[in-house]
Amino acid sequence: MTDAAVELRRVSREFRRRRTSLLTPAPVVHAVRDVTATIARGERFGIVGESGSGKSTLLRLVCGLDRPTAGEVVVDGRPVHDQPPRRLGWLRERLQLVFQDPMSSLDPRMRVRDIVAEPLVAQGRHAGKRERVAELLERVGLSADAADRYPHQFSGGQRQRISVARALAPGPDILVADEPVSALDVSVRAQVLNLIDEVVDGFDLTLIFVSHDLSVVRHVCDRVAVMQRGEFVEVAPTEQLFSAPEHPYTRSLLAAVPDLQQALAGRSAQDLAAGVDTEG
Amino acid sequence: MVSAGERVVLGVEGLSVGTARTPLLHDVSFSIERGERVGLIGESGSGKSLTALAVMGLLPEGLSATGDVRLSGRSPARRNLLGVGEREMARLRGDSMSMVFQEPMTALNPTMRVGDQVAEVMLLHRTQPSRAAVRRRVVELLERVDLPDPANLARSYPHELSGGQRQRVVLAIALANDPALLICDEPTTALDVTVQATVLDLVVRGVQERDAAMLFITHDLGVVATVCERVLVMYGGRIVEAGPVREVFTDPRHRYTQGLVAASDLTGAEGRREHAALPTIPGSVPPAGAFPDGCVFRSRCTHATEVCATLPPWTPRGEHPAGAAAYGYSCFHPAGGRGEGDD
Repeated sequence: MTDAAVELRRVSREFRRRRTSLLTPAPVVHAVRDVTATIARGERFGIVGESGSGKSTLLRLVCGLDRPTAGEVVVDGRPVHDQPPRRLGWLRERLQLVFQDPMSSLDPRMRVRDIVAEPLVAQGRHAGKRERVAELLERVGLSADAADRYPHQFSGGQRQRISVARALAPGPDILVADEPVSALDVSVRAQVLNLIDEVVDGFDLTLIFVSHDLSVVRHVCDRVAVMQRGEFVEVAPTEQLFSAPEHPYTRSLLAAVPDLQQALAGRSAQDLAAGVDTEG
Repeated sequence: MVSAGERVVLGVEGLSVGTARTPLLHDVSFSIERGERVGLIGESGSGKSLTALAVMGLLPEGLSATGDVRLSGRSPARRNLLGVGEREMARLRGDSMSMVFQEPMTALNPTMRVGDQVAEVMLLHRTQPSRAAVRRRVVELLERVDLPDPANLARSYPHELSGGQRQRVVLAIALANDPALLICDEPTTALDVTVQATVLDLVVRGVQERDAAMLFITHDLGVVATVCERVLVMYGGRIVEAGPVREVFTDPRHRYTQGLVAASDLTGAEGRREHAALPTIPGSVPPAGAFPDGCVFRSRCTHATEVCATLPPWTPRGEHPAGAAAYGYSCFHPAGGRGEGDD
C-alpha cells in the first residue's frame, strides 16, 4: 500500500468525432489533456470546472468506467487504465460513487433494501446482507422501515442519503461524488453535505468531490483542482486557491460567483460580469 | 403629479391558486413599481413559479386562480387580469409583460431561426411600422444582448447556440416590445457561473434601460442579493416574509428565512467553516397540499408552539413606500435580530 489513494499520470482522453469530409481527418475532441495529480489517502480532493471542462470524463477514468487514450490511472497502487471491466472487481470494493441526480441513479422498481444491497450482491457477498443494510440506513439517517419502500416515496435529499448508503455498502476507501448536491434545495443541500462530511470522517474515506459550485467545494475539500478545457489549470490547497488564485481562469470563476455577503456590500451584476474573462 | 399608485406596474391582491381539491397558493399579495427589481425566493415546491404563471395567465389546465391581478402597462390597470380571458391575455403577453424561463432550449422553437423568433413577437403585436423595421430591430436587439455577429447569428437555429447564447436570445425576445413587466423564472440556474454573471448583467441592464418592473424568481440567495432591491420569501404557497434585501438577509424575522439564510451560507461571514457542520432546516419541503394549517412552516420549525396552529397575522416591520405588504413577516415567534423593538 502506498500513501496515494489515486494517482493520475499524464492522463488524456480523446474522442474522435464523426468525420465531416472525406478529405480531412475526423476532428478530435481532447476531453482530458495530460492531467497529472496525486490524491493522498484521507484527502478531500475537489475538482471544479464549468460544463464541458472534462470533469465527468476524468471521473469516469478514475472509476474505471472508461479508459484513457494515454497516461496511467493508479488506484491504491494498482493500475486501472489498462484493465478490462471484469478484472476491476477489486476497484468496485475500494471505490464507490454518488451521482448527481438522485432520481435517475436509483432504480425505481427496486426496494431501497435491494438498492443498498446491490453492490454486495454484485460481489457475491450475501452473508449478513440484511443486517448490513439496516446498519447503513441508520448510519445515513434513515429509519429502518425505509428498507421496504421504493425510491419515489422519498424526497430528493432522502434519495441522496440512499445513494450514500449504497456507496458505503461494500466498505470502500474512496468515495467519489459527482455533483451530489446540485439537484437539491438549499436547506436539504446542507443536510447532505453534513452527511458526506460525517461519513468521510467516520469511515476514514478519501473523497473526490466534483462540482461546478465553488462555494460547496470550498466548504467540503482540502485541496481543489480547477479544470478548464480538459486541463488542470490550477491545483492548490482550498484556502490558498480562494484567497490567492493564481490562474486567470480561477480568478474569473471566483469573480463570477454571486456571493450573498458581497452583494449586500454593494456588488452589482455589472461588477460580477466585469470580473469574467470574456474570451471563454 | 404622479402619485405612488400610478407608479405601480403589477399589483397582486389575495391571489390564491389551486386545483378543485388542493389549494396551492394562499392569499399572495405584493406590488411592483416601475424600475423596481423584486426577488421571489423559496425552495422548489413553494409556489414561486405558480405565482409567475398565474400573473402571466399561463396556469396549467385544472388549476384556477382567484384574487386580483392588475397590470398597468401601455394602458392603466382597470381590469382584473384573472377575469379578462385568453384573447386579452395573449395581447398582453410579449407586449406589456413578458417572461424569461429557466430552460432556454425548451423556450425556443427548435425548427425556427432565432432571428425569426425575435421578429415574431414584434410582428404579432405590430409594434414596428414595417417588416424592414422589424429586421433592423432584431439585429439591434441581438446586439444589445452582446451576441457576436448578430446579423449572421439571427439566421442560426437554437441548437447551434450555446446555453448562454440561447438565454440571451430568449431575453432579446422578452425585451423586444419594451415590456412594463419582466418576469424571470430562474433564468440562470441552468448556466455556468461565468455565463450566469454576464446574463444577470444583461437582465439588469435591459430592465433599467426600460424603467421596467421585474419579478425575479430564484432559489439562489446570492443571485437575489446581486440583482434585486426587495425580496419576497415564499414557503408552502404563502409569502412568509418580505422586505428590502439587506434587512431580510442580514436580520431575518421569519424562522424559515432565518433557516434558509443560515443553510445557504457555506463559507460563514469570516471565511470558511472548517468542516464544521452546516446549519440545516430539519426535514424537507412537504408535497403540495400536505403543508400544515396555520403557519405553513410549523412542521419543520424548531420554535413552533400551539399558537402556530392558527395563521400568523402579517406583522409590518417598518415604513415602506410600496405598502405594508412589502416589508414585514408572518410569524408568532420571530427571530430577534438587532433592532428588537422597532415596531
